[in-house]
Amino acid sequence: MRHVFLDHQSTTPVLPEVFEAMRPYFIEIFGNPSSLHQHGLRVRDAIANARSQFAALINAESADDILFVSGGTEAVNLAVKGVAYANQRKGNHIVVSETEHPSVLSSLEFLEKQGFVTSKVKVNPIGWTDPAEIRAAITDKTTLICVHYANHDIGTIQSIAEIGTIATEKGIPFFVDAVASAGWLPIDVQTMGISLLSLTPHRFYGPKGVGVLYRNRRARLVGVQHGGVQEGGRRAGTENVPSIVGGGLAAEIALREMPIRIAHTAKLQKRLWDGLKNSIPYIKLNGPEPGPQRISTNLNISTEFIEGEGQLLLCDMNGIAVASGSSCVSKSLKISHVLAAIGLDHALAQGNIIMTLGKDNTEEDVDYVVESFQKIVQKLRGMSPMWDEFERGIIDSVIKPAGRGKSFSEHAAAVSGKAAH
Amino acid sequence: MSDTYTLYNSTVMDHFMNPRNMGDLKDADGIGEVGAAACGDIMKISLKIKDGKIEDARFKTFGCGSAIASSSMATELIKGRTVEEAMSFSNQEVVSALGGLPPVKIHCSVLAEEALKAALEDYQKKRPSVPAPSRTTQLQPMAV
Repeated sequence: MRHVFLDHQSTTPVLPEVFEAMRPYFIEIFGNPSSLHQHGLRVRDAIANARSQFAALINAESADDILFVSGGTEAVNLAVKGVAYANQRKGNHIVVSETEHPSVLSSLEFLEKQGFVTSKVKVNPIGWTDPAEIRAAITDKTTLICVHYANHDIGTIQSIAEIGTIATEKGIPFFVDAVASAGWLPIDVQTMGISLLSLTPHRFYGPKGVGVLYRNRRARLVGVQHGGVQEGGRRAGTENVPSIVGGGLAAEIALREMPIRIAHTAKLQKRLWDGLKNSIPYIKLNGPEPGPQRISTNLNISTEFIEGEGQLLLCDMNGIAVASGSSCVSKSLKISHVLAAIGLDHALAQGNIIMTLGKDNTEEDVDYVVESFQKIVQKLRGMSPMWDEFERGIIDSVIKPAGRGKSFSEHAAAVSGKAAH
Repeated sequence: MSDTYTLYNSTVMDHFMNPRNMGDLKDADGIGEVGAAACGDIMKISLKIKDGKIEDARFKTFGCGSAIASSSMATELIKGRTVEEAMSFSNQEVVSALGGLPPVKIHCSVLAEEALKAALEDYQKKRPSVPAPSRTTQLQPMAV
C-alpha cells in the first residue's frame, strides 16, 4: 500500500541534514548556554548562529529580535499576554481576527477574565479579514492587533502588509501568527510593518520543541514565565539547544528552497483539487481557490452527505494521513471555529477534510489520493441515510441546491429535535 | 510501519470497516430515524417483524466510525429478539459488545438505542396493541 502524508499542517519530518546538525548537541556538546565555562560558551555560538538563520527567514533587522521558546503555542501566548501586560497602563483593548488559531483566541479569553477587552473582526466567506474592518475596530485604548498570516484550517492569506501600514500609522503593536505559514510564504517583517511574529520550525522540516517569537525592539513585551534571565529576561528556562540548532538550519534551507517548495506544492494543490472536484459530485472547497489568496500547501474540502471522521479513518486505512474539522473529530464535539466563522453549513462542516501538502509529495501520490478518496466517498455515501434521502428527493443539496426537498440542516433538526450548533 | 495503530479497538474498527446489516429493508414494519443534537450524526434503523419477533434489521448512518460501528452492532444484537425484549434494549449492550467506546463516543451508542426504539415506536403505531418501549439510556462510559 502507498503511504501518503497529507497532514503537513500538523507537522513535518525532520530533514536528515538537520538531524545530523542536531546530533552532537545531545551528547558531545551538551552544555547549558547560561554556564560561564567552555561547555556553556561553546553552545552560545551555536544559538547565536541559529538566531541569525531565523532572522534571515523573516528579514528581521537584528538577530537580537529573535526569542526562543518551546513551540508555536508558547510564542503566541508570550506575544499576546506579554504585549497586553506591558501596555496595560495605556489601554486594555485588543483587535483580533475571528479565525485566529486557538492559541491566540484562548490567550485572549484568559485576558478577558482579567479585564481586557477584545474586538473580534469578522471574516468574509473565504476567510479573509478586511483591513478596513481592522482599522474600524481600533479605539484609543487599543494596545495590540493580532492577525495571522495564512489560516491553519482553510489556507486563506491575510493582507498583512496593509494591516501593518494601519498599525504603523496608529502606533499600535501588530502581532502576526505565522506558525501555519513560515517557511512556506515569503515574510519580511520590516516592509510588512510587523512588530511581533510567531513561528515554529517543525512545520518546515525542523524539529519539534522549539518556537520563535520575533519581537521588534520598539514593541514592549514582558515575560510571562519567570525564574531565569534567558532570552533577555523575557523567557525563563534553559534553551532547547539541539532543537534550536536544528531549527535554525531548517530555516536556512526553507529560505533557500522556498521558491521550489511553493511551485511544487502549488502544482500538486491544483492537481489534487482538480482531480477531486472532477471525480466526486457534491464536493466543495472551503477558503479561496488555489492561487495568490491561498497558501500552496492547503486544501480544505467538504464532501456532502457524509461525515469527516469516517473519511479520515478510511483514508488512514488506505495509507493516507489527513485531518478534519468535523465535530466528530473534535473532543468538544464542535465543528472547527474557522468553518463556523466563514458561515459554512453545519452538515458541510461535518463532512470536512483537510489535506496539507509537503515538498516530498508527488503527482503519483496525488493521483492515488484522488482514486482512493473517490472510493471512500462512494462507500460512505452508500451507508448514509442522507445520500439515500437526497437521491429520493427528500432533502436537497447545500452545495448545488435543486430547489427540491428540505435542507439537510432542517432535516437534521427535525430528526434530532433541535438544531445542531 | 509494521504495526497498524487504530483510533478504536479492533471490534469497533471491524464493524466500521465491514458493517453488518447495512442498508434498507423493503416493506419494513418499522423505521426509525434519529439525529444527535450534540454532534449532528443521523441514524436510521429499519425492522422486519414477524409474529412479534425481529426477523431482520438494517441500518444507515451519517456519522463517525463509532456511530457506524454502534448501528452495525445494534442491528446484530436485536435480530431474533422479540419486540418485547427489544423494547428494553440499552445502549450499554452495544458498548459492551463493541468492547468499549471512548467516553466522548458513548453518545453514538445512545443514538443506536434511540434509532431502534424509534423503529419500534413506528411499528407500534401501525399495530396499536403492542406496548410502548421503555427508555433505559445509560450514559456511563466504559473502558476502551
